[in-house]
Parts: sequence; structure tokens; C-alpha cells
Amino acid sequence: MNLTLKIWRQKDSKAKGQMVDYKVTDISEHMSFLEMMDVLNEQLVNSGEEPVAFDHDCREGICGMCSMYINGEAHGPDRGVTTCQLHMRMFNDGDTITIEPFRAAAFPVIKDLVVDRMAFERIQQAGGYISVNTSGNTQDANSIPISKHAADEAMDAATCIGCGACVASCKNSSAMLFVGAKVSQYALLPQGQVEAADRVQNMVAQMDLEGFGNCTNTGACEVECPKGISLENIARMNREYLSATLKG
Amino acid sequence: MALDSKVPKGPIKDKWTDYKNHIDLVNPANKRHIDVIVVGTGLAGGSAAATLAELGYNVKAFAYQDSPRRAHSIAAQGGINAAKNYQGDGDSTYRLFYDTVKGGDYRSREANVYRLAEVSANIIDQCVAQGVPFARDYGGLLDNRSFGGVLVSRTFYAKGQTGQQLLLGAYSAMNRQIARGKIEMFNRHEMLDVVIVDGKARGIIARNLITGEIERHSAHAVVVGSGGYGNVYFLSTNAMGSNATAAWKIHKKGAYFANPCYTQIHPTCIPRSGDYQSKLTLMSESLRNDGRIWVPKNMEDVMAIREGRKKPTELSEDERDYYLERRYPAFGNLVPRDVASRAAKERCDAGYGVNATGEAVYLDFASAFERYGKEQAKIHNIENPSPAKIKELGQAIVEAKYGNLFQMYEKIIDQNPYETPMMIYPAVHYTMGGVWVDYNLMTTIPGCYCIGEANFSDHGANRLGASALMQGLADGYFVLPYTIGDYLSADIRTGKIPTDSKEFDEAEKEVTERIDFFMNNKGTKSVDYFHKKLGKIMWDKVGMSRNAEGLTEAMAEIKAIRAEFWKDIYIPGTANEMNPELEKAGRVADFLELGELFAKDALMREESCGGHFREESAELDGPQKGEAKRNDEDFAFVAAWEYKGEPGDAVLHKEELEFKDIELKQRSYK
Repeated sequence: MNLTLKIWRQKDSKAKGQMVDYKVTDISEHMSFLEMMDVLNEQLVNSGEEPVAFDHDCREGICGMCSMYINGEAHGPDRGVTTCQLHMRMFNDGDTITIEPFRAAAFPVIKDLVVDRMAFERIQQAGGYISVNTSGNTQDANSIPISKHAADEAMDAATCIGCGACVASCKNSSAMLFVGAKVSQYALLPQGQVEAADRVQNMVAQMDLEGFGNCTNTGACEVECPKGISLENIARMNREYLSATLKG
Repeated sequence: MALDSKVPKGPIKDKWTDYKNHIDLVNPANKRHIDVIVVGTGLAGGSAAATLAELGYNVKAFAYQDSPRRAHSIAAQGGINAAKNYQGDGDSTYRLFYDTVKGGDYRSREANVYRLAEVSANIIDQCVAQGVPFARDYGGLLDNRSFGGVLVSRTFYAKGQTGQQLLLGAYSAMNRQIARGKIEMFNRHEMLDVVIVDGKARGIIARNLITGEIERHSAHAVVVGSGGYGNVYFLSTNAMGSNATAAWKIHKKGAYFANPCYTQIHPTCIPRSGDYQSKLTLMSESLRNDGRIWVPKNMEDVMAIREGRKKPTELSEDERDYYLERRYPAFGNLVPRDVASRAAKERCDAGYGVNATGEAVYLDFASAFERYGKEQAKIHNIENPSPAKIKELGQAIVEAKYGNLFQMYEKIIDQNPYETPMMIYPAVHYTMGGVWVDYNLMTTIPGCYCIGEANFSDHGANRLGASALMQGLADGYFVLPYTIGDYLSADIRTGKIPTDSKEFDEAEKEVTERIDFFMNNKGTKSVDYFHKKLGKIMWDKVGMSRNAEGLTEAMAEIKAIRAEFWKDIYIPGTANEMNPELEKAGRVADFLELGELFAKDALMREESCGGHFREESAELDGPQKGEAKRNDEDFAFVAAWEYKGEPGDAVLHKEELEFKDIELKQRSYK
């Protein structure tokens, strides 16, 4: 198929960006979206132009590095996939595709489609862990049985890949799905209980500090999340936060 | 220099304990004055960085991605082995040790493997304490599954995302130390050289991938945990950015590179579909627990399927060739990876491949649907269930176990694997070879360590499934933090290592000159052009089976591509900005050297062992006819190569392998 691409180009974090049109031809429907971008970039390099910078790494939907806003949706029109797993069969010959970086005040553009997600790192550093040393002297793994239900729910929350699609999709640029997922994972496990109150308060405080917006229950984040992280995690975080603040 | 593996004396089961009891330690107050650089933040690097920081060292960690959480360990699906014997099926440290040495085709160092098996149980305890949500049974205890090449269930897992969960565990431990200021994290940075002062590794030169700035970082020791070199094939299951640069740079500065020819071609990957393909996707080996692998028995059916006249589901049982079950009745679909891959290649080379390219076999879950369905019907007291009901119940169980893998398959291939068998074909996945290290995980450069997939130490010529995660975390959490202390105890009075020395000047100059060359070369070809060319030679001549003629040609051809690369490479943009083409150029330049050494090593090893299959060395008759033929008399050694300027001129050093606790035997899975 032949396509017109409208792509956000921005030299660096300080430069003023703009949309630029490109044409690609003979795109196979079996290509992934990023392979289509590879074709474009090869074309640009061969004609002496600078290729479009975009984040990507594992190309199997798990590292969370890729991050494009395609035709107004984070990771494009398909559901339950990241951009690297989006296939060109989702598009038609002659389509015009708009490709922008994830947009949020807390995710400044570094170059073209690459954004800075260090805010997520700082939120995790504020409390996204269980304070146990990696000493090897912990108790036997089976000494605390955990109900399968709780373990499965914790796992569902823990599958978040930290891509930032939730923030990019939210009209308020809220990071509550991301933070809620981490808070939930630990809140659901006995190991995470000890410091649960501190964790949720510290992570939420950092989230606010980074300039993410609040949640107004629109639910776009859940729809666009490539891993299907549920809104329930936001509700759980709110309950955890409330009970932590009430406890003082 | 003679190779000294520094394996402690004494019986194998006491070596590690005795060793730990007798090494020099650094007291907590002194650790504050010692800096350690960790390059790479996957399971090995991440766990090492966190643990070293907890112990009190000042850690500087480097990742080329924007977060440690994105390292490619995250993509490991199936699980992690540990000799817990929770299933009561006769597992033990010895059995895990034995399986790993045998699985590695008797080409690994016994003492290292025993230690790995010994600390494996601790890893699970540690991860559970960190909040890793492993799969559990209804009683609340940890669940296990089986992997290839073993007869027990010792694999712990978190759905099909075990690597992700373990990495996030290590990442959380890192975050705790980053918050405390004990780890200084350098995201989007790439190590471009190691700095050696008075014969010791004392720092690195790194490039800030956002600004292009070249930076100097000093430390008392340098730990490289940068993963494997599978991307030398261009197409592999590795991440796009996975590279050998850190490992190759230390090799060029004096670290020997061991067994580069040992590569794992993983049997269950999604077949390639076209020239535009940028990477291959793995389907977890865990699928072989429940999937049966087959091709049609008759050539007419093969043709009918390829031309779309017949569906695989229309073939009756006796029209199918379950070739693994036929050839290896004892292990069936759970033979080790190298055996399963070669068997698939054998059938496809004979013309039985089931897709248009002729390079695909079926992985079929129909019997699992039936088996689980009947079991569920019984559990739920459903009398005389219809076949459709049985299938539905069975599919629900399979979905719970492998749902994410099935979904991934459907997204890529656009076929529903619940309705039609999956198509799979082997792909490059893991490299057992790597930087040579002694028992302490130190390379031949004093103070320079290498851990995880980047080193060569534990998997011999073939790695068993679910052992990579085990090794990465064992090295990082439990081995390196001890062994490095023994070395650093001599550095408590050294003080901070200055970065304004002539050694740093020279290393930085070398790095800058190479970048300048790339930016100023007025060539005409992109980096990928060369990378794809290299990959094709590697796959065709240094791939699943190799012979002397092909390997000799490969060496010459790679050398020629390298010459062309340095003449005709073109890099757009500038060096002082984010420039992905420039990053790739440096990595491919290193692959172009590594590839030649790889072929040289494969040429030297005139035996078949593990992932290295030499066509000249196969069993000619008897029950093992056609199977790989190992030659213990002449090749029971580690091949450690010393850099001498050109990869073709590398000098071989042999570390003879002694097997005192395991008898060397033909590796039979029949």
C-alpha cells in the first residue's frame, strides 16, 4: 500500500517543532508499524536526510520503549498492543497517517517522536519497591501462602510496561493508572503491606510534583493501555491513599 | 598469559561455602570510599548494581535505554529454574547441576555450574520477598512447570512474563538505592570504551545519547553486564538495541573472548515473513509443555497446505509426523533447544515445511485442549460433554496459562491459534559464548568483571530453558557481590580515581576519533545495509549447521564487508545530538569484527556440541545416526581468544575442562 505520513519533527528539546509530510510506497500489510518507519528512515538516509528519531527496542510489546501517538491514539488504532506490535493491516492503501510524540507537560520532547519519561522513574524511586535487601537471607518462598486470586490480581497490575500511553491518552495528562498499578501490585501482596501507607503517600506526592494531572474518571487510559491495566487500580490507590492519610 | 580459572580446591559441594569463608572483605566504612561502574541494567547488571549499593559501594549504572526497566531481560517469557523440589519430584541441587552440565553438552565449568545450582533456591526466596507475583496454585503455594531437557518440574513463572517480573523486581531494588543516592543512574548512555590504568580497569568512556557529549567516569572496578551478541545475525529475538559493544571493547583491551561460536537457535519462534523484517519474535518454550510439534507425513499434504487447498486441522492423526516424539521418545516435545531446532531444520530441509517459505513447522494444542477439557468436565461434574464443550473448557485452561503468547501470535500472524495450529521456526536467541571469566567472574583484565549473558561461564555449548534468568540473577545478587569484595579489599586506601590522567585522555581520543570518522565519511550506504549483509552470511554459513568450507568463506566475506563498511558508510546528522544512526554504526562496526572471530572459532572446533553443529562431525550409524558427535578427547576445552589487532589473527588459549563429578557421556534424549 501507499501512504502519506504526517510526522512531528523537532530537532531537540528547545527547538520549535512542526508536522512534515512524507510518502512511503509498497508497504506490506504484514509489516509492523515500526518496520514501516524503518522503510521511511532507510529512504531518508539514502537521500541524505535525517531519519525520524523514535524510541523502540524489544519490538515484541514488553519493554515499553516505543511511544507514538498515531491518528490521535497512543500506540495507534489497534487494542492491546504497543506501536511495535501494531501491524499495517490496520490501515488502508492511500491513508494519511498522523504521527506525533506522546504529549504531556511532564513528558518533554527530546527529539522528533522521542519524549523524556524520567518523571516515571522518579515516581518509582519515591516508593515503588519493597524495602528488603537482596541479601539472600530471606525466608523460604513458600512460607507465606498467598491466595491465587490475590497473586493473579497483583500480577495483572504488575504487567504495566511503563510506556506512558495512559498519560498521553488522558485529557488531564494524569499518571494515575501507572501509579495505581504499582501501588496495587504491592498492596495486594502481604510482602507489600508493611510500608503500604508510606508508599502510596510518597508516590502520589511525587506524581503531583511532576506536574501530572488528576483523574476525572474518563477511562481513556484503560482503553488505550496496551496491557489492559484496569481502572480498578486507580480506585484501589485512592482507597489506599485515603486510609493512609486517615491513619496519619 | 596462562588461563587460571581460580576454582577453589575441595569437594564441589563445599567449594562456594569455603570460598566465601576465606575471602577478604571490605569493611562497611571503607565501602563508602569505593566506586563501582556497572554497564547494563538487565537482570545481571540491575541486580548487581542494587546489591553492591546495598552493601555500601558507590555505584554508577549505565543503560542505553531510557530506564533500567527496559533492558531486554524483560522479554524473557517462560520462567526461572530453581532446585526447590517443591513438587517433590526428586529435584536437588545436584540434579539441577547435572542437568545444566549435560544440557550444555559438557562444555561448561563444573564448579561454576554447581554454584549456580546452589544459589538458585535463594533467588526465588529473594524475588518473592521483593513482591514478584509468581504463579501460585489454589493452596497459595508457588506453582512450577517443566522446561526442555529435564525430567522434573522446577521452573517458576509469572504467566508468560517471567523476565519482566524479575527485572521489575531488580529495578525496584535499584530504585530504592537510586533514591538513597547509592546508585547514580545514567540512562540513555552508552559505554564506548574501558579505561585501563596500571593494568587495572579504572573507568569507562561513555556517550550521552541525548546530547552526544563524551563523558569520563572512573571507578575502582568495572562490571560489564551488557547481554549477548545475537544481533550479529541482524535478525534475532534480541532487542533492536542489543549489542556487543561493551563486551567487544573490553575484549580489544585485553579481556579474552570465549567460545563465540556457541549460539542458541531457539526452536519456537514466529517464522520470518519478508525482507523488511526487523526482528524475530519468540514464543516461549513453555508452550512445548502442552503443544505437540509436527509436519505432514506425505509430501502431497505439504503441497496442498502451502497452496491453501488443505487446512492442517483436516489431517488425521496418522497423516501427521510428530517427529520429536518419533525420534526422541523419552523426552518427546521437551528435548533441549538445540536438538529441537535441528530436528525442525532437518524436516524443513527435507521439504516438509508448511508455509510458503518452506521454513515452518506446526505447534499444535489440539490434544492439550482435549486433555484439559476432559479434566475440567470431570471437575465441574459435566456428564457426557460434547467435543465442542470439551474444547471450550480446555481452551480456557490453555488461555490462562499462555493467553498473552496466543494473543501475541494472533497479532503478528493474523491467525487464531486456538483454531489452527501455530507455525514456528527456529531463530537466533541467546549466546552461550562471551567474555571469558574466572570463578570470581573477573575477566583477564584485573578489576574488570563480566556477568550474565555477556560472559561465557555457565551454559557450555547449549543453554537449557529458564536458566538464563537464573544465571543473571545469581551472578548479580549472590556471586559478584562476594567475589568483587575480595578484589576491592586491596583498594581501600587508593582514593578516588582521577579522570584527568593520560589513560583517560587516550581512551577519549580514540572514541572521539572514531565518531569523527563516522560523521565525516562521505559514503553512500546506510548502517542497516551492512548489518543485513553480515546477518545473511552469519545465518547461511555460521547458522544452525556449519562446515569447514562455509566457515572459511564466511571469514573472508565478513572481512570484505568490513572493509567496504569503513569505506562507504554514511551517517546523517551530527555527533552533538541524539543520532540513532551513529549509535548503530558503532555497534555494527563491532559486530563486523565479532562475526569473523565467531566463524574462526566455529572453524577451529571440529566437533559438534550443543548449539554448534559441524556437519563433518555426526554419528554415521547405530541408534544415534544423524545426531551430533562430540569429541571429548580433542575438544573438551574452553576456547578463549586473545585480541591481536585483526579478528582473524586472534590467538587461542585453552582452558581444559575437567569433569570430576559428572561422567562424560553421549547426550541422549532418546
